[in-house]
Amino acid sequence: MKHLLSAADLGHDQAVAVLDVAEEMAATQAREIKKLPTLRGKTVVNLFFEDSTRTRISFETAAKRLSADVINFSPKGSSVSKGESLKDTVLTLGAMHTDGIVVRHPASGAPYQIAHSTWTDASVINAGDGTHQHPTQSLLDAMTIRRRLKGGQAGQDLSGLAVMIVGDVLHSRVARSGVDLFTALGAKVTLVAPATLLPVGVEAWPAEVFHDLDRALAEAPPDALMMLRVQRERMSSAGGGFFPSPQEYAREYGLDAPRLAALAPHALVMHPGPMNRGLEITSEAADGARSVIVEQVANGVAVRMAVLYLTLTGAKEPGA
Amino acid sequence: MSYLIKGAALPSGRRADIRIAGGALAEVGGPLTAGPGEAVVDAEGLVALPGLVDIHTHLREPGREDAETVLSGSRAAAAGGYTCVHAMANTNPVADTAGVVEQVWRLGRAAGYVDVRPVGAVSVGLQGLHLAELAAMARSAAQVRVFSDDGQCVWDPVLMRRALEYVKGFGAVVAQHAQEPRLTEGAQMHEGVVSSQVGLAGWPAVAEESIIARDVLLAEHVGSRLHVCHVSTAGSVEIIRWAKARRIDVTAEVTPHHLLLTDERARTYNPVFKVNPPLRSSDDAEAVRAALADGTLDVVGTDHAPHPREAKDCEWAAAAFGMTGLETALPIVHQLMVETGRMTWQDVAAAMSARPALIGRVADQGRPLAAGEPANLTLFDPSARWTVEPERLQTASGNTPVAGWELRGRTVATFWAGRATVLEGEVV
Repeated sequence: MKHLLSAADLGHDQAVAVLDVAEEMAATQAREIKKLPTLRGKTVVNLFFEDSTRTRISFETAAKRLSADVINFSPKGSSVSKGESLKDTVLTLGAMHTDGIVVRHPASGAPYQIAHSTWTDASVINAGDGTHQHPTQSLLDAMTIRRRLKGGQAGQDLSGLAVMIVGDVLHSRVARSGVDLFTALGAKVTLVAPATLLPVGVEAWPAEVFHDLDRALAEAPPDALMMLRVQRERMSSAGGGFFPSPQEYAREYGLDAPRLAALAPHALVMHPGPMNRGLEITSEAADGARSVIVEQVANGVAVRMAVLYLTLTGAKEPGA
Repeated sequence: MSYLIKGAALPSGRRADIRIAGGALAEVGGPLTAGPGEAVVDAEGLVALPGLVDIHTHLREPGREDAETVLSGSRAAAAGGYTCVHAMANTNPVADTAGVVEQVWRLGRAAGYVDVRPVGAVSVGLQGLHLAELAAMARSAAQVRVFSDDGQCVWDPVLMRRALEYVKGFGAVVAQHAQEPRLTEGAQMHEGVVSSQVGLAGWPAVAEESIIARDVLLAEHVGSRLHVCHVSTAGSVEIIRWAKARRIDVTAEVTPHHLLLTDERARTYNPVFKVNPPLRSSDDAEAVRAALADGTLDVVGTDHAPHPREAKDCEWAAAAFGMTGLETALPIVHQLMVETGRMTWQDVAAAMSARPALIGRVADQGRPLAAGEPANLTLFDPSARWTVEPERLQTASGNTPVAGWELRGRTVATFWAGRATVLEGEVV
């Protein structure tokens, strides 16, 4: 594949193939010498128009483990009105013969525009765009679920599993890419949120929707429960007034001890981070035995190594 | 200069020769024989329409001459078959005083391609707080009869009521850009299935419909005249249909792009498709086509909104709203409404000339093609095929939503007050 812009662009077989490569990458990370020569001589730019230390470090680690040269660039401002335009920034990188551009941008669609422009020939990897997509996040989530609940062998998908995503779906690129990828891999997806935090049009998504978390846990018991980050400013009227107070949100949608106890013994607790402990998730849940949150971070490096390898070398995914 | 147009089809379908002399249609009928020194225009196979009148044009001058000038916009209008355009007030400075509207009016006269009829702002600076000096603009040389804060909604119900009442004093109309501002903060595209998937903030249909519902009731209450700009939703159509059944004095317009395009276009993130109100669902597009055909929507207005390249060569969320339309409106209406049998050429003449002239109270435009009438007409070749190349259009901006499309039908000639502004498809 040339670019990775949206999880919706990955069909079942391609998604499985990416996960298989990610497992192979993960296997190399258990060795004493973790570095592979695969991308020696290639240049990868982490172009982050929006702060995200976690995602940037994960991509940087992945690229360095593959021996790519890595440049981090965080322009201030992201539109014509503020500083240099997106076009000029990308033209500059293109002129430096960049092989891959990892883009994080507050505007939905910016990576798509770069990939479909004449500004650069580089491979474009979406590291999160606005409220649109975050495909490597959903790949690392899928890798975590597959490994924990299916054993992680090559060729497996997520069929037969139920994934529940709880929280601010409206503003979440993690939820959008998750719904696309998990359903492509054969999982059943359930969304739980107040109607204020679900987009108009969600009824056309391939997911069942609940507004009541306790009812959802009873009627659609999940194998993997993913709690989304809720930004506190969304409750103020200036932020949109999406919910009345953090306390009410935590009561209605937070993962607390009774809800944790209602989960099946094998069920996983997941969070894309950074967490608001005490709001969408209690420390008990985040640090408990079911939590795979730290494992998600580790798998993120393997998934990003796989995506960089597949996009920058033009390698065919095995089986694809 | 006098002209003899040979063999044109009138909107009624009747074939006629048309003699233009002294700024008027001297004779319509025939067959007529060319007099000495008279230029003959072969109109075999062409449709003659009264010169088109646009009730909704952005000419950008003064202030944004990098996007369009009165001259370049006038040439674009003539190329599209127009003989009159209403220039919206959201210029810089805003057209909210007699001085600015007279300036735009004089620039139009100096350009000399179409009647440029300035629209006056409803409120000072389009701020929605204080009524602008509407009477001064109405009594100025520009003779303003259409007032609009277009680009902004006259949101305050009291200000809207006062504007509707006040314009009764000089037979003018308030043209509303219906957009509830709180429901559309940060809005980027139509709110629906597509917006939920592409992750762009939604502009809900209800934000348009709730303002239209309020405004028709206000117009009824104070007995005034309301015009609704760029109607884009099925719900808006239903409200206007209801208002007309109650004999409320409301007219409404639809743009070529809302007839033609849907929100599916946003999947490309190409900001050329970013427009306000946004492209809607296919059900909405069908509803506005049906409403134009049955007359619920009275007129086609282009909302021609030129922007310089840098305003569109960026992220969708950072891009300006708007698309150009003057040079492609008639072919689009031809393809969507005439070829499909939903409208006759008489219907087109009404929706694109007679009714907009009546709404704007432009006495010498939108007249029937009959002897003694002013010589404002356009000749359209329904069999022509042409590919839209933005750089070859007359407008100074390239933000046409149909770049690269092959359109069916083209303006061959336009006459404004007896002068040829377009001949053989070229602006002269």
